[in-house]
Amino acid sequence: MEPTPERRIGREEKVATGKLHATQYLVALVLLLLATGMWRLQVLGAEGYKQLAEANRIRKTAILAPRGKIFDREGRILVDNYPSVECFLLRDQVKDLKADLPLIGKGLHMQEQDILAVLKKYQLEPKYEAIPLKQDITPDEQAFIEAHRNELPELETRDVQRRLYPRDGFAAHLIGYVGEVSEQDLNSPKFEFYEPGDVVGKSGVEEMYDALLRGTDGSRDVIVNSHGKEVGQLGQQMAKPGTDLRLTIDLDLQTVAERAMEGKNGALVAMDPHTGEILAMVSRPTFDPNQFAVRLTRSYWSQIVSDPDHPLMNKAIQAQLAPGSTFKIIMSLAGLEEGVAQAMRVNCAGGGTFFGHFFGCDKHHGMVDINHAIPWSCDTFYYTLAEKLGIDTIAKYATEVGLSQKTGIDLPDEASGTMPSTAWKLKTQHEKWYAGEVISVGIGQGAVQVTPVQLARALSGIASGGVLKRPHVVFANEVPPQMESALISSYPGSGDRTIPLSPENWETITDAMADALGPGGTAGAAHLEGIDFAGKTGTAQVVSHSAGATSLGAGKERANAWFVGMSPRRNPDIVVAVLWEHGGWGAGSAPVAAQVVNAFITKQRKRAGNLRLADGPQPGDSPTQDSQPAPRPAKTVATERNESPVMDGVRTASTGPHAKPGVTTSSPIPQP
Amino acid sequence: MRRFSSFRDFDWMLLTLVLLMSLISVLEIKSATLHTKFHGFGQKQLGFLVVGLVLMFLVSMIDYHRLVDIAPWAYGIGVLGLVAVLAVGQKVLGARRWINLGGGVHFQPSEWVKLLLILMVARYFWGLIGRELSWADIGKAFALVCVPMALVLKQPDLGTALTYFPVLIAGLFLGGIRVKQVLILVLGLCVLGLGAYLSGKRLKPYQQARINSFIDPGSDPKGAGYQILQSKIAVGSGGLWGKGTNKGTQTQGDFLPIPYTDFIFAAFCEEHGFIGGLGVLLLYFLILTRLIQNAQQASDVPGTFIIMGVVAVILFQVLVNIGMVVGLMPVTGIPLPLMSYGGSSILFTFLALGIVMNIRMRRFVN
Repeated sequence: MEPTPERRIGREEKVATGKLHATQYLVALVLLLLATGMWRLQVLGAEGYKQLAEANRIRKTAILAPRGKIFDREGRILVDNYPSVECFLLRDQVKDLKADLPLIGKGLHMQEQDILAVLKKYQLEPKYEAIPLKQDITPDEQAFIEAHRNELPELETRDVQRRLYPRDGFAAHLIGYVGEVSEQDLNSPKFEFYEPGDVVGKSGVEEMYDALLRGTDGSRDVIVNSHGKEVGQLGQQMAKPGTDLRLTIDLDLQTVAERAMEGKNGALVAMDPHTGEILAMVSRPTFDPNQFAVRLTRSYWSQIVSDPDHPLMNKAIQAQLAPGSTFKIIMSLAGLEEGVAQAMRVNCAGGGTFFGHFFGCDKHHGMVDINHAIPWSCDTFYYTLAEKLGIDTIAKYATEVGLSQKTGIDLPDEASGTMPSTAWKLKTQHEKWYAGEVISVGIGQGAVQVTPVQLARALSGIASGGVLKRPHVVFANEVPPQMESALISSYPGSGDRTIPLSPENWETITDAMADALGPGGTAGAAHLEGIDFAGKTGTAQVVSHSAGATSLGAGKERANAWFVGMSPRRNPDIVVAVLWEHGGWGAGSAPVAAQVVNAFITKQRKRAGNLRLADGPQPGDSPTQDSQPAPRPAKTVATERNESPVMDGVRTASTGPHAKPGVTTSSPIPQP
Repeated sequence: MRRFSSFRDFDWMLLTLVLLMSLISVLEIKSATLHTKFHGFGQKQLGFLVVGLVLMFLVSMIDYHRLVDIAPWAYGIGVLGLVAVLAVGQKVLGARRWINLGGGVHFQPSEWVKLLLILMVARYFWGLIGRELSWADIGKAFALVCVPMALVLKQPDLGTALTYFPVLIAGLFLGGIRVKQVLILVLGLCVLGLGAYLSGKRLKPYQQARINSFIDPGSDPKGAGYQILQSKIAVGSGGLWGKGTNKGTQTQGDFLPIPYTDFIFAAFCEEHGFIGGLGVLLLYFLILTRLIQNAQQASDVPGTFIIMGVVAVILFQVLVNIGMVVGLMPVTGIPLPLMSYGGSSILFTFLALGIVMNIRMRRFVN
């Protein structure tokens, strides 16, 4: 070992002070440099960095407003919400999505391309916004997300409210369904304030009253840590729940109507002529809106859209078909108002020759006047009347009672039908009207097209002395006035109006319609004892335009069976229009309407406390106070607390929309 | 013979400044670990401080000349310890830095080697004082420092390895290196460094990433650049006055990486602002100035060298750590002396201070 330095005597034993001073300056310099760095960040850049810090820790999350519930006119629930879990993807938490895709796909039972499609859809949204990946996830999918918190921090579950519709497509067309707003919709001005992923009404009441039902989403500013975990809350704006809607629908009547239309193809509208309130509305075939509330499966969608019977179409307002003999009501009105029909006597010999062509009638009615022409539905009489009136006079009255225009019902995509006239033909076909064409119009064939709701409104007006009401499914005084007025003004010429009719004329018509349900009338079989039930059948040829053809045809060529009726015959409380596509004779539709009318009147009487039992038993009727012609189901759930059968269905279906569709309605008719 | 100096000559001023700094450290560690599983670290740091203080007093009673005497032996053992780390050390996060002594005690030789190096360098240059440094002298000095440095680099622990370098610089500077020699050295080092950087093979991928992300922090905000970015956001958002104790959103929200060790100054600046940060810098200035004063007053050359070695290490760590925190330097993983949580760092500092105290107490000896 060397000798320790201290023993080396005689050396200079001091370090130059200058060097230590230099070090002192170096210290000052270094610290000054660091202070400059701090100044740059904390003083010059403070505002920018403060914003970055806020952006780091604050996450805005939407509080979804629960959608308004939908009730029937008596406050019984039709559409409810149920709690559901939705899976969201947090794109700002994604490290390597490509690598995670297979695992996510497996755990959530999704195709990888579907996940990518969702991402693409939201690619323009800010990164910090979570995007909905899968709705209504199952408990095991939820467990998967919980179990993979660390591997897949980008997945998050949120509790949401989902729509729960009645089972088996009950009132499905009327109520409609909700779905995610589509990309095309987002581009239209109507959806200016909507964002991808928003749930909107897609049809029916859900679409029409979306603005009311949807409410206003709230938002919550939460403080998150770097793992996206919520550690606090800054402030929140509560969601404004959607407004509950009360429909004019009577659940009891709707149930009867649904059952009466079961297995048929067509539509039924029941309305209160005093107000225009729709009491029941059915369209068949129907669909399960619950399938739409959650992401639609491809197979169900293709099944629905490829169905030749158009299950998504609300035929009550969208089916435009020849009215057949139901048009004779309007013919009669025109004839009587013009003073032509009163004294008209026509000898029906199974038809007649007009404009050089023979037009048949299905019977030899002999001498017919207006009082018999309606109940017997004598074509020959109306051929003659049509010839006398001419197309434009007929069109004038038809238009007066609302044909060839929308009724203004508060449901989306109503069809307007067609009423031919000379002007119409010139305009649409650029051809002259041939006088002979009026003959088939006289019996509701030819170019005449009506919707069931139009027919119901027309009859309502005629049977109420010319007071026509705008049909509606939501009580007008229960929606904001500006919404109501916007609705009405969107259908000029429709809505509420009064046309001057002389009393003896519409009384003649209504009396004759009552006879139609009497002995010898076309709908005599649908006669309701003890109930003032009047109506008119219609058998509209589907294929052959040669009016008066007696063959009904078969299958898709089979004639459409119409019936419009009311009770009581004057100033009725209910008007029912029934369309049974390919149902054959119009007389076949009459019992359907009769069931609804009977249920309505029975309930009305019970409510009034002066129930009169139907005199005399009817075929298939059980000897109870229940005089409904519908066969009672074996399994009857008597609901005492005024609970609706649909509610019962709702509860059964509370396993969610996973419940198997296609089960025939077994909901009993409630005893009011 | 030297008379024993009393504690009256103890540098109470320096101790007060150091304790003030330690208090700030404990409070900030407490705040930074408030909502984490490390919330006991403030207490633990306090424990380290107590042990450190005791050691400091004990060391201050040992004549530093004895330490200089045994420096070569200690240095040899230290180097052997580093070799042992590479052989039997515990691998944590891809690096062997600790030897597990059992009973929950982990020994990190590289921190202690720093101290031994300071003593060894002081001893070495003491022997050279008074004459001009030859290239051989310089070469030996480099060898002295670079052997442990290489071993630590191998662990790999670039940060600690770098802290050995200022000891060498201080030694060379005070030992009388000439400007010409400095220029040649700097040029040589630059060429070497450039070559290493271009080859890119000497650096671990994470080290490469740190340098890349320093050059462009936005390039990979969730990866290597994330730390620098979050640190800058923390410091910047603190503004002039800070967000207040326990209120730093970057710190409390776990956005700031390891806010109780390497990034503690960012946490402090976020919660106490520019003013608070400036206060800490001022404290460092006072502590370092006081140390330099003591170096001036030291009775002999090794005393001066030892203190200046300590000054060099502290100044370097402050520069690199705070420089990193404010985005002026790349991420190196060097703790901030007297601030960062960690037993080894504290013990080094207080042992070093103990030696400084001893040197001071003997300043009138002659």
